[in-house]
Amino acid sequence: MLQVRNLNAYYGKSHVIDGIDLDVEDGQIVSLMGRNGVGRSTTIKAIMGLVRANGSIRFGDRELLGLEPHQIAHCGIGYVPENRDIFPSLSVRNNLLLGVKSGSGKGRWSPEDAYELFPVLRERADTAAGFLSGGEQQMLAICRTLMGDPDLVMVDEPTEGLAPLMVTKVKELLLEIARRGASILLVEQKLTIAPEISERLYVMGHGRIVFAGTPAELEADHALRKEWMEV
Amino acid sequence: MEGWIFFLFNGIVYGLLLFMMSSGLTLIFSMMGVLNFAHASFYMLGAYFAYQISTITGFWPGLIVAPVLVGCIGALVERYFLRTVHRHGHVAELLFTFGLAMLIEEAVVLIWGRNPVPYTVPPDLDFALFQIGGMSYSAYKIFMMAVSITMFVFLYGVIARTRIGQIIQAALTHPETVGTLGHNVPRIFMLVFGAGTGLAGLAGVIGGNAFVTEPGMARALGTIVFVVIIVGGLGSLTGAFIASLLIGVIQTTAVAIDVSLTDIFATVGLDLRNVPLHELWSKRISDVAPILPYLFMVLILVLRPRGLLGTRDS
Repeated sequence: MLQVRNLNAYYGKSHVIDGIDLDVEDGQIVSLMGRNGVGRSTTIKAIMGLVRANGSIRFGDRELLGLEPHQIAHCGIGYVPENRDIFPSLSVRNNLLLGVKSGSGKGRWSPEDAYELFPVLRERADTAAGFLSGGEQQMLAICRTLMGDPDLVMVDEPTEGLAPLMVTKVKELLLEIARRGASILLVEQKLTIAPEISERLYVMGHGRIVFAGTPAELEADHALRKEWMEV
Repeated sequence: MEGWIFFLFNGIVYGLLLFMMSSGLTLIFSMMGVLNFAHASFYMLGAYFAYQISTITGFWPGLIVAPVLVGCIGALVERYFLRTVHRHGHVAELLFTFGLAMLIEEAVVLIWGRNPVPYTVPPDLDFALFQIGGMSYSAYKIFMMAVSITMFVFLYGVIARTRIGQIIQAALTHPETVGTLGHNVPRIFMLVFGAGTGLAGLAGVIGGNAFVTEPGMARALGTIVFVVIIVGGLGSLTGAFIASLLIGVIQTTAVAIDVSLTDIFATVGLDLRNVPLHELWSKRISDVAPILPYLFMVLILVLRPRGLLGTRDS
């Protein structure tokens, strides 16, 4: 479904993504891991059209490279940024409604689904979203993206800084997204939830993919984990 | 006492006109990061277009047609020029809007000449509506006030109640995220720029005949509008509203104060006639009225560098 080939991106003169190949199949949960600053966030920003890149990014039968972020969103890709970026002055309900794309029909998700899964969002529906806790904002950010009914959801560090209970909720939400037939590309630094829910994992180092395989294979490869993942 | 009410009224009319300009400028700034030096030039275009239309059809059609024309020009400028220049950073943008301001001024001189054009208040509204303390108050000023207030109620409704208004509010702080949710942010920028310049055009239509329509009008008002958004706080609509009214009232009432500091101190028994700088203290406040907004801006910048309600530094 998503097929990234020989992706390169630069910040000024530094080569931050150096020839990445990456695949996400239909309905799969795939994780992109690695230490801070190795280019994980940049990779998904490049897929979303937020960072200039070259190479090839195919989604279904469309080439995404060169499209604007809003066009890429209309191709069926959803993106939840690392800093959540909820709209603080708008109400929770209006945050959700802004996730609905103009001119699209009924999708897999409605605000009602978000309220069912997270009753706190219903209780706070008319409150400015800036008043939610960090965990609640994370739920809102993911749900807002789901309102656009994406076929692939890219989530950047959703568990960062959350209490264990909230981490579990994020995990359950991601599993529910997959159950409803969407694929997930999850970016995570620590091995918090990625090994439990992913079918495939990628590890990045210095802008390259240094590992691609199943969670069991990663578990077995101590040397690789030591070199590229442990802090 | 009645004289004060008269000047307060004038100040409010002028302040609302300032807000019609500063609201667009500050909205464009907070969303796109562009400090549009040419904003007041669109005000001037509004006045000249309205004058041209009024020579053919009279005043009323111009009230609608001129702002729409100006807004369209603004939208085109954003779409075909500013968007391209934007990629080269803020300095390039500043220089572009600066150049655009000069270009518009020269174009106006070329078409309509250097002298003021006879753009006048429509005869239907050219009468005294009521009298305060022996001074008659023009119906046109009240009309200006009504147009401004109607416009703001309409704008507020759009921003607070409609979907496009929600998208604009979200894009004020997180334009990138709004784009990733599938909204066409470049088109929203174009709309906001068009609406902002259209508002400036409307201000030109109703202000051009109340004051004077001449090629220097953009430069004269442009500096005051910048003072307004700096005092109000860059990017704050509420701040711009308060600052517009404050500066409008300060500037118009100061003209009416026919006393000097020397006179004021004399009433409490202090004689300033022989102290150093006595010439300065004896200037009447009405004489220094034009510099009061700038003095006010300097004070604000020293005491509250972000302006009354501003939240950002740049």
